[in-house]
Amino acid sequence: MSVKERIGWYVGALLIVLYAVVPVAYIVSMSFKSEAALSDRQFFPSQVTWANYDGIFRGNGSDLFLPALRNSIITCLAATLIAVVLSMFAAYAIARLNFPGKRLVLTSALAVAVFPVITMVTPLFNLWRRIGLYDTIPGLIIPYLALTLPISIWTMSAFFRGIPWDMEQAAQVDGATSWQAFRKVIVPLAAPGVFTTAIIAFFIAWNDFVFGISLTSTSAAQPVPAALSSFTGSSYFVQPTGAISAAAVIVTIPVVVLALVFQRRIVAGLTNGAVKG
Amino acid sequence: MQTRSAGDVSVSRSAARKPRGSDKARSEARLGWYLAGPAFVILIAVTGYPILQALYESLFSFRLTAPGDREFVGLKNYGVILTDGLWWSALVNTALITVVTVAVELVIGFALAMVMHKVLGWLRPIVRTAILVPYAIITVVSAYAWQYAFALTTGFMNDLLGLGDFDWFANKWSALFVICLSEIWKTTPFISLLLLAGLAQVPADMTEAAKVDGATAWERLWRVTLPNMKASIMVALLFRALDAFRIFDNVYIMTNGAAGTETVSSLAYNQTISRLEIGLGSAVSVLLFVCVLVICFVAIKVFKVDLARARGEG
Repeated sequence: MSVKERIGWYVGALLIVLYAVVPVAYIVSMSFKSEAALSDRQFFPSQVTWANYDGIFRGNGSDLFLPALRNSIITCLAATLIAVVLSMFAAYAIARLNFPGKRLVLTSALAVAVFPVITMVTPLFNLWRRIGLYDTIPGLIIPYLALTLPISIWTMSAFFRGIPWDMEQAAQVDGATSWQAFRKVIVPLAAPGVFTTAIIAFFIAWNDFVFGISLTSTSAAQPVPAALSSFTGSSYFVQPTGAISAAAVIVTIPVVVLALVFQRRIVAGLTNGAVKG
Repeated sequence: MQTRSAGDVSVSRSAARKPRGSDKARSEARLGWYLAGPAFVILIAVTGYPILQALYESLFSFRLTAPGDREFVGLKNYGVILTDGLWWSALVNTALITVVTVAVELVIGFALAMVMHKVLGWLRPIVRTAILVPYAIITVVSAYAWQYAFALTTGFMNDLLGLGDFDWFANKWSALFVICLSEIWKTTPFISLLLLAGLAQVPADMTEAAKVDGATAWERLWRVTLPNMKASIMVALLFRALDAFRIFDNVYIMTNGAAGTETVSSLAYNQTISRLEIGLGSAVSVLLFVCVLVICFVAIKVFKVDLARARGEG
């Protein structure tokens, strides 16, 4: 590669970083603006204030934000855990065993992944109201499984297929019991795939908005994305821009940290499940 | 790591097993279903039930504010929707958003993938991490970020573009433009990661050979690179198209369907949740489902994509 070409690619790389970061930087900047400065049409705040964060953690926004944060964490962790455990068994069977209907499981997972989520909302809204699951945390965890299970099954099957399963037998030949062989050889090889799947499933659940605003109505179960859209300002006439920005930054931090720390694995997981690797 | 596909394993196994009778095969099949069954059953239950229920409810005139007036009306709800301009305008908006965003995303996504493919050394992890930021951020947050950037009071865009007091969200086309921008920003990384994986599969010696034979960079791109990554382009295209067709979050945050920006999903939401018209809302939901099925069907027929195969099941 010539020097000129190389510089070209580096400029491209710089553009990518700018592309990815500018909108995020703007919402961070808004979260540090004072109420008066919010409409100054400047990209950067002229004066940094923590008032918006104070508002959502201790002020009048905290009644809405703190329960929503709790709801989001509980719901997303539960949905991720259930999906990962169930699809771990399924993916093991798909990668390891020969059984009729294997393709059916994979195809249904794919079909559910492209299913329009809003189609589920109307019937669930009605049913949840009748049986008392409306505005409850379990009432959100169940539909979240429709989001997290398909991607978990696909991603983990792709990972599990790459495991050299013969190593288990080799260990048995060397004198390990079959359980020992499985635990000492297969589990360590499978763990990164399981972990990566969990992160991707968590991202997807954390991103949900449709179920959040349709199946909840109060701070009993409302997750953060839904709560964000129902924020009100300090008075009826004030736009809650500052509070929304601060809350948006807070919910973004955990996912961005996960993305930063595990970027290599997430990229592998996303592309493994999607394109034969 | 070994990249043997499940197909090879099952072939060699069944070949080895057949002479020994089917007892082992049967127990393997049973174990397979014990393990895969729970996930499968839940998958079917959480989506199969709602779609059947939506089909059923769509045949009734049913409004939650007047539950006593529930009445079987057959296909009348569908007639009401399909003769209403609102449905057609929502459908056109949705189709437009899908076509525009997917087309733009393919081009930008490919450019990003090329850069990520070429950039080496210390810069590579930085670029790969940066590209994950839009993917990881929730759509609602990205919708707010873009809305604030373009809004009359809080936005810096008007000043940047020298547009004065132009209200982006008061006009259908400019509002759809911002909605598309936000959607493109948020989902291009996904496409570019898929295309990057596709680029990695293009045999380097083929590109090299084409170079030796005197092909220009442009010819190499069209004749060698793109044909070799056809599978990943198809997967990216189809999955993004299906995803874009369900667009909801961005529209809800930015306009909530005002200024004629309603999409099929926001129409379904507004009928059901805001207006409590369960019957009509269900019918819209079913129609949306039918649209998605049609897109899948067309993709499979026209592009001859075998979804399961393209997704890695050999």
